[in-house]
Amino acid sequence: MGSKRTSRRDLLRSGVALAGGVALGVPVHAQEHDHSMAPGSGSENAYPMNPYTKEMIAYGERSHFVTSVRIPHPMGSKASPDEFGKVFHVASPIQDQVGNITPSSLHYIATTRQSFLPDIDPKLHTLMIHGLVDRPLTFTMEDLKRFPSVSRLHFLECAGNRHTAKHRTVQESHGMTSCSEWTGVLLSTLLKECGLKGSATWFVAEGAEEVKGASSMPIAKAMDDIIIAYGQNGEPLRPQQGFPLRIIVPGFEGILNTKFLRRIKVVDRYYMNYSDYGHLREKDEEAALGYQIGPKSVITYPSGTQQLPGKGTYEISGLAWSGGGAIKTVEVSTDGGKKWNPAELKMTPQRMAHVRFAYQWNWDGTETAIMSRCTDEIGQQQPTLEQVAKFFNKPVGNVPGLNNSVMPWKIAKDGKVTNGLA
Amino acid sequence: MGSLRPVGALGLAAIALLLGGPVLVSPALAQSAPTYGLGRATSAEEIRARDINVGHTGEELPPGHGTPKEGAKVFELQGCIVCHGAEAVGGVGPRLNSKTSQDLPIWKRERILPLRSPFATTVWDYIRRGMPIGREGTLTPDEVYALTAYLLFLNKIIPEDTVLDEKSLPNVKMPIGDHYARLPEWKPNTPRLQGYPY
Repeated sequence: MGSKRTSRRDLLRSGVALAGGVALGVPVHAQEHDHSMAPGSGSENAYPMNPYTKEMIAYGERSHFVTSVRIPHPMGSKASPDEFGKVFHVASPIQDQVGNITPSSLHYIATTRQSFLPDIDPKLHTLMIHGLVDRPLTFTMEDLKRFPSVSRLHFLECAGNRHTAKHRTVQESHGMTSCSEWTGVLLSTLLKECGLKGSATWFVAEGAEEVKGASSMPIAKAMDDIIIAYGQNGEPLRPQQGFPLRIIVPGFEGILNTKFLRRIKVVDRYYMNYSDYGHLREKDEEAALGYQIGPKSVITYPSGTQQLPGKGTYEISGLAWSGGGAIKTVEVSTDGGKKWNPAELKMTPQRMAHVRFAYQWNWDGTETAIMSRCTDEIGQQQPTLEQVAKFFNKPVGNVPGLNNSVMPWKIAKDGKVTNGLA
Repeated sequence: MGSLRPVGALGLAAIALLLGGPVLVSPALAQSAPTYGLGRATSAEEIRARDINVGHTGEELPPGHGTPKEGAKVFELQGCIVCHGAEAVGGVGPRLNSKTSQDLPIWKRERILPLRSPFATTVWDYIRRGMPIGREGTLTPDEVYALTAYLLFLNKIIPEDTVLDEKSLPNVKMPIGDHYARLPEWKPNTPRLQGYPY
């Protein structure tokens, strides 16, 4: 090794060079790294040693080597934000997610309509509950935090999370679902505080964003498990998830989980808001499949566009969830759906929450298809697309309702993974 | 739900008598009692100021009126035309003027709010809360009645000389009638649809 190279390397590693880089405004990681300095090369401090910044101490950030990001949904749609700063739908990179929780910064985003992000001062924000109650009440954020709280894991999934033969990656096909620990007060606690009248059957939840998105939901669900949430994964809600207050309707379609919650009106009928009109269906069986999400699972590794390096052992891994309750079992097939093998669940499954599943697989290098299916605690089993098509007497690829069918991934001889519906 | 109903006036009176205390509970107070005493009592005026829901009976509608002709003018003046196009035939915003035959069943026609909605009140509610983009909530009640009338007229639901106001709007007969599915009663721990392939 020439002395010139050695001295450059020494310079890069020295505090003087790093301080110089920072002083010049050049991010340290943007400097050229010498990959011969891998661990085991025998030199001390084999990696660049970055100084902390005040920001890194105050509020952490991920490694610059971790680069997975959210993308517009559906694939090829208008980018978010657009030229005016409005956001549309954005899918979470679930192919890179590990464990059961979605990082708040990677949670999928959906909007009732293209929208700006309301910049709400929590000191000024209030929730009004009125309608068929004995005492209409208005709560400040401070009031809400004085009630007994709950912290629960729940998934959110957009009704537009439908996988088709066109999708290349699991982010494109299944990225409109996320799971967080939500903290807040049960809506039933607030409704009891207001004194629910006996004639109450539905309520309308409304947000404070520019379109004031509003949806009708059954009172029975409110009295069961709905959370008025102010916390997400240990901190206040992210603005993109409705800061400072949102409603979490466990297991119900994403759009019903009203963000920027400002008002709840207790009523005695389905109120046919604009968002409700969006749920209007001709046939009873299609309407019945709305609201509560069916049991669903998908393999996130290996998944579309990923590459298996060769035959041998792999942990097939994915996510399972259901709007009907907790996941009871997940099965994985590695032979195109002929034989189903029990998968391991990586945590005690929670009601209406993602659970990570895994199956240890020894790939022999032959072409095959892998897929998963789940069953929830009320006995609902995730169907195949063929079963759903047969039920509706419609061609595969044109079935109504939320698509919770089995998702196959094809594994080619060279280890390439592609959409098994294609 | 039975257990959640507020105890009736008679029930409270009976309890008070059983306890041997004086019956001081007036009928107005003979309701459920708050548990935590949190939150501020909210007046009817405060509710009116924030409640922008309009149900199909129209009880929340403010006074006002508008005709299709007036609506056509508002449609231009308020810039609706920029996104929805002249006569609402569509542009960057959705088409709001049906081009299909009235003879077709409603479910074979376009998914256009002022055509397929079961209630004209939903059209009124959405225009007021959600339009125009960037200036939501700024239209006057008269402008909202007029725009609703114009869109219903374009879709051949009301004649051109109709005056829509807080009384007539809830009575508009929409083409869908009651030919749409109702949501089944939701119950916890219950499959969505019996017989669905699970």
